[in-house]
Amino acid sequence: MTTLALPTRREEAWRYSDLDAVATIWPTPAPARIDVAEGERAHHHLMQDAADGAATVHDYVIDIADGARCDFHLLNIGGKLGRVTFAVTLGKGSHFELSGAIIGGGDQVLEIITSVTHAQPDATSGQTIRSILGGHATGSYLGSINVARDAQRTDAFQSVKAMLLDRTATANAKPELEIYADDVKCAHGATVGELDRQALYYMASRGMDPTTAKTLLLKAFVAGVFDDLTDEALKDRFETAALAKLEALV
Amino acid sequence: MLTIDNLSNDIDGKAILKGLSLSINAGEIHAIMGPNGAGKSTLAYTLGGRPGYEVTGGGATFEGRDLFELEPHERAAAGLFLGFQYPVEIPGVSNLQFLRESLNSQKRARGEKELNGGEFIRLAKDKAALLGLDMDMLKRPVNVGFSGGEKKRAEMVQMGILDPKLAILDETDSGLDIDALKVVGAGINAIMRKPDKAVLLITHYQRLLDYVKPDYVHVLAGGRIVKSGGPELALELEREGYAEVLAA
Repeated sequence: MTTLALPTRREEAWRYSDLDAVATIWPTPAPARIDVAEGERAHHHLMQDAADGAATVHDYVIDIADGARCDFHLLNIGGKLGRVTFAVTLGKGSHFELSGAIIGGGDQVLEIITSVTHAQPDATSGQTIRSILGGHATGSYLGSINVARDAQRTDAFQSVKAMLLDRTATANAKPELEIYADDVKCAHGATVGELDRQALYYMASRGMDPTTAKTLLLKAFVAGVFDDLTDEALKDRFETAALAKLEALV
Repeated sequence: MLTIDNLSNDIDGKAILKGLSLSINAGEIHAIMGPNGAGKSTLAYTLGGRPGYEVTGGGATFEGRDLFELEPHERAAAGLFLGFQYPVEIPGVSNLQFLRESLNSQKRARGEKELNGGEFIRLAKDKAALLGLDMDMLKRPVNVGFSGGEKKRAEMVQMGILDPKLAILDETDSGLDIDALKVVGAGINAIMRKPDKAVLLITHYQRLLDYVKPDYVHVLAGGRIVKSGGPELALELEREGYAEVLAA
């Protein structure tokens, strides 16, 4: 039996990772497979809230057949290293939607790595990622969209926004497009910012204490990521966990 | 209620306020007028504790407390309200959420009971109606997509809900048409014209003073109050201009 070699920083997908933490759990488990059959609609989610100091890697391989749809909601907040990867292949006229939030503090390294392949025509995909990072935390989104030669009328977007609470926190955002078809719409945007000082002062001038004001702005920043969760109990669980993590950060 | 004593500051190394003194008692409405660059907005921001507007000399007390010992949110909880010349937009936070958190933060700081959702909505409806602002506007994000006039009305709704002791209104009349000016003026009177409250109106023009009658008018020029009088001073300024009145 051969063991896979530990990854190195020379590999693009591992460039910003915590390799010492990865070494403690290497080799990581085989990827979870999700197959969405033709015409079906699937909802999946992951709340990555591993214990403090733990390292965890979740790999997903998702195949979405013709005319099918897969929605994935992800909250990535736990552990010393929390890494979640997606390798998605889209069939004809199918759709993939990833809505993810990263909230990290301390020296956490939290990552979302995606590779979305539009193999057939008329498929659509959307990825919305919001990250909030404090302390010495690192949050990374590395996402590639690959459009095959036959995948005409592909429509894909990546929207990545990160908010840094401290000068010592790091956000990496790397949207990547590889397009071989000619009738394609691919949009990507990435921003990294800080809390709006004008807004914070305006809120203070109305009596809001700094913690309440910051928390409200951060809630507004991640709001929307879990809005379309149809399972109300699940939505509530995600929002409560996100809020608790935020309150610990500000 | 508010006593400003020999207040000085400099912004980015430039002296703006140069020994400004002013005293405001409960039940009074004061207007400060002055030419561009006189330091009017700087006075408002300094009293409101905006970062970057630090005091370099003199002081101010508000109801006997040293104003500059208090953080901006503590000043608000103590009863100070600052009306912004340019109200700030906050995407993603609704007016109702913003105001409820603000009011309840103030109440917590004062050791009072917080309002529950129902009580707050009733209060908000009441004050929105007073200013002729649709409740739907209050469900929208703070000031986002509001016209200049709507922003000023929304500020007055905020003032109505927060119910301060002292309102410092920085060019609340700018950007208002005549009809909106009347509504805002009536709102200021309804909310603040009370024996236990006071207002400091900062304005370029006489026209707001047609609707909110000041008890005292002061002229701010070169970083200090150079002339004080009754309402007739505002009319004189309007008629003759700052240069003429200041030269006299």
